[in-house]
Amino acid sequence: MIDIIINLALLSFLAISAIAIVRMKNLFAIIMLFGIFSFLSASVFMVMDAVDVAFTEAAVGAGISTVLMIATLALTKVQDEKRPGGHKPWLPLTVVIVTAAALVYGTLDIPAFGDANAPSQKHVAPQYLQRSIPETGIPNVVTSVLASYRGFDTLGEVFVVFTAGIAVLILIGGVAQPSKRKTSRKKKNA
Amino acid sequence: MPNLILRVVSKILIPPIIIFALYVQFHGDFGPGGGFQAGVIFSAAFILYALVFGLDAAENVISTSVLRFLASLGVLIYAGVGIATVFLGGNYLEYTVLASTQVAGQHLGILLVELGVGITVFSVMLLIFFTFAAKGRA
Repeated sequence: MIDIIINLALLSFLAISAIAIVRMKNLFAIIMLFGIFSFLSASVFMVMDAVDVAFTEAAVGAGISTVLMIATLALTKVQDEKRPGGHKPWLPLTVVIVTAAALVYGTLDIPAFGDANAPSQKHVAPQYLQRSIPETGIPNVVTSVLASYRGFDTLGEVFVVFTAGIAVLILIGGVAQPSKRKTSRKKKNA
Repeated sequence: MPNLILRVVSKILIPPIIIFALYVQFHGDFGPGGGFQAGVIFSAAFILYALVFGLDAAENVISTSVLRFLASLGVLIYAGVGIATVFLGGNYLEYTVLASTQVAGQHLGILLVELGVGITVFSVMLLIFFTFAAKGRA
């Protein structure tokens, strides 16, 4: 009963902050609301007993993403500019409503939350739960799955983070400076 | 001269943040956490320092060239553990061959791999922040 009330409160706050983000024009306030949205999602994961996911969402979504977006804001303007002309909202609205209806229809077939007989609980999850302690000696099955049973996936994730760092360095890091020098030289010649 | 209260509070906060990051890093086997979360929290301490004391002070603590080295080092540790297991006669990332018993080998392997994840996530997050902040200053 208490779970339902907490979930209801958290989900309605999520909806409110999402609507506020869409309607706002001040980018700084939008970034702050993004942080609040991430923190609320982390709380929802927490209520669902997914502590590892909640931890990651709170640290990455609410923490680092907010700081990085504010750092991006330093490179752009704080206020969202009005686009000239404007666009007709009806086609995107229809697409969104149809997609949402299809998604809601799809949820009707999803097994109940925490159902032990759900297909996703029947596949490899029992193997992990039974074998984690005798094979790895690690009580937190999330860690043993992440680092050992699915070690290749995690290696891929680390490469993704690494590649993202390299991409940022190439796009706006030290590599951009020589070209800037070239343009200033061109200006001098002209 | 930045705000005195901000400076004092951040100086009090930064050591516990770093300790907590190390706890999350090395206690990930038993509680929630692991390399990804620990790396992010560890970089949050440095970002707080940079926000309060300025980018130059933070770059004096840890320079971008060191961060570039660390970002590749983390990936190298992870992939290197896989190579080491191949040389010890196992499959790629088969930690069991790292020590005499299976449980000890798995434990060592997971610890090293999580360390690699933590180092890479920490340095890439900080590197991205430094790059953006330096661009904004210029």
